[in-house]
Amino acid sequence: MEKGEMLGLYHQMVVIRRLEEAAAGLYQEGKIGGFLHLYIGQEAVGCGVVSARRPEDRLITAYRDHGIAIAAGMEPKVAMAELLGKVTGCSKGKGGSMHMADVTLNFWGGHAIVGAHLPIAAGMALADKFNGSDAATICLFGDGATNIGYFHEAMNLSMVWDLPVLWVCENNKYGMGTSIERASAVPEIRQKAKGYGMANARVDGMDILAVRQATQAALDQVRSKGPFLLEAVTYRYRGHSMGDPERYRTHDEVTKWEKNDPIGVFHKYLTTNKHATQAELDTLEKRAEAEIDLAVKFAEESPDPAPEALFSDVYVEEVG
Amino acid sequence: MAIITMREAISQALWEEMERDQRVFIIGEEVGLWGGTYAVTRGFYDHFGADRVRDTPIAEGAIVGAANGAAMAGLRPIAEMMTINFAFLAMDQIVNQAAKMHSMFGGQMTVPVVIRAVGGGGRQLGATHSHTPDVVFAHFPGLKVVAPGTPYDAKGLLKEAIRIDDPVLFIENATLYQAKGEVPPEDYTEPIGVSKIQRQGKDVTIVTYSKMLQLSLKAAEQLASEGIEAEIVDLRSLRPLDMEPVIQSFKKTNRAVIAEEGYRSYGIGAEVAARIYEAALDYVDAPIRRVAQKEVPLPYNRDLEQLALPQIQDVVDAVKGVLYG
Repeated sequence: MEKGEMLGLYHQMVVIRRLEEAAAGLYQEGKIGGFLHLYIGQEAVGCGVVSARRPEDRLITAYRDHGIAIAAGMEPKVAMAELLGKVTGCSKGKGGSMHMADVTLNFWGGHAIVGAHLPIAAGMALADKFNGSDAATICLFGDGATNIGYFHEAMNLSMVWDLPVLWVCENNKYGMGTSIERASAVPEIRQKAKGYGMANARVDGMDILAVRQATQAALDQVRSKGPFLLEAVTYRYRGHSMGDPERYRTHDEVTKWEKNDPIGVFHKYLTTNKHATQAELDTLEKRAEAEIDLAVKFAEESPDPAPEALFSDVYVEEVG
Repeated sequence: MAIITMREAISQALWEEMERDQRVFIIGEEVGLWGGTYAVTRGFYDHFGADRVRDTPIAEGAIVGAANGAAMAGLRPIAEMMTINFAFLAMDQIVNQAAKMHSMFGGQMTVPVVIRAVGGGGRQLGATHSHTPDVVFAHFPGLKVVAPGTPYDAKGLLKEAIRIDDPVLFIENATLYQAKGEVPPEDYTEPIGVSKIQRQGKDVTIVTYSKMLQLSLKAAEQLASEGIEAEIVDLRSLRPLDMEPVIQSFKKTNRAVIAEEGYRSYGIGAEVAARIYEAALDYVDAPIRRVAQKEVPLPYNRDLEQLALPQIQDVVDAVKGVLYG
């Protein structure tokens, strides 16, 4: 990988981290409502996976979507405005944290019913195949989604119809507060692909370069042979959503994973291998901070949707 | 004009739309090789091929989910629920995905999917296979719910459903497939969200749709022989719900019966009656009556099942009730 691209990825991970931290603060101030699922700790998965896609490859994910949105190319200010429910947000303030999308970036959301977007992803891949495109659909979801019927229906469908889908499971060990060992018959998610005869791999989700490489290999396979399940083992440092008492895991466990911080891991790689100096990375971090400050300012100063927006976009054609 | 059956009308609409637009395709259980469990898509597989008449596993969530995804990606899928009873398994995809995405993402996505689902009781299929749950789906903004009662409307409304960019649940009634009616040879569409007067009359307004339209027309003939002229307003679309012709008719007759095949509680009758009272209270000459299904899971036994389902005589009795109290 070119140095510029590596630094770009480092910058992107830091932008996501700062955006999420700022969002947590705004949530505490009551400026963000509803649920807020932070991506902190999982940045290497989203950034690594998305860095391997072609522009024509569709991207779709679950409700922990801010990081994926940024990785897809969404401007932080547009994401932040959506979090604040502003009309300048990607979904005009109607989606919120869990429903971010920008179809011009080929980013199709942001889906908050666990598992529901998996058959939707299969359908998108079906459309691309139908149209003779060699685009792939990249569908991300959590480990919790692999226990719901949708997962199994979509995995099966993708194999039966040989659909160009890359299934990416972000295994962060917990579906809300229930550990994977308590919820899934097989804690190693990749094993579930075997029941469908699907190619699969497991990768260290805290190592962005490993994620990127595994994604590239998987996408090659998707384009040439068919669907693939990639399991990225990762960890979220914050609660499931804001206000999570975290009774289900120990402080020691979180601390252990924090030593493996994906941004720290990549920082060490870049400096040790002399791809970047400490000063260069410091500069990127400062830039990211400034960008998020501007994003917050933009979001706070943006107008709320007008009352008349309430009835807009319910239907494309109101009658007939 | 040719006289054809409801089944033929639906089949023609699908065939002609598939010929017209290469993006239109059918996806569902047994739609292809089998030819459709109600024979609506017989011959389609051989003509259009497996890619456009796509047999699926028995997985309703995946069928509608994949149709939604394909629609978002620019195709015009027609997903078939073998029966509407199985649509409960796809409820999330229908009411919480297809119906939400255009609005929830600020208008940037459209989901131009049609979900065909056949329902209704009266075929001794027992409680799980005999639902008329139309009102359940009609509850949700973002979805359009269409339920035609004549071959003409079935063809025109289905074509419209396929052409528009909103998600549409197109509800058929299995005991209506043999119903006959006039259908013109040329291409036409009927607007969704526009009610229609199916019979003129001055004495009483019967508001109905789908299967109960056919029963109401027969009830009206019987009533006419007794000198009672019923006006029949066919809703055709449950969402959007066009009340204007209903209110106009009611202001003329001052009496109304609402006939539906589904359960009375929280039903179409409740909704329509409330709206009539809201819009035309001063015109009410008698309490509005509702004809609907008895509040039981439909039994298998033929006589018991028919006892639970609304009949022609129930409509006749309700009309006399609002006329003579």
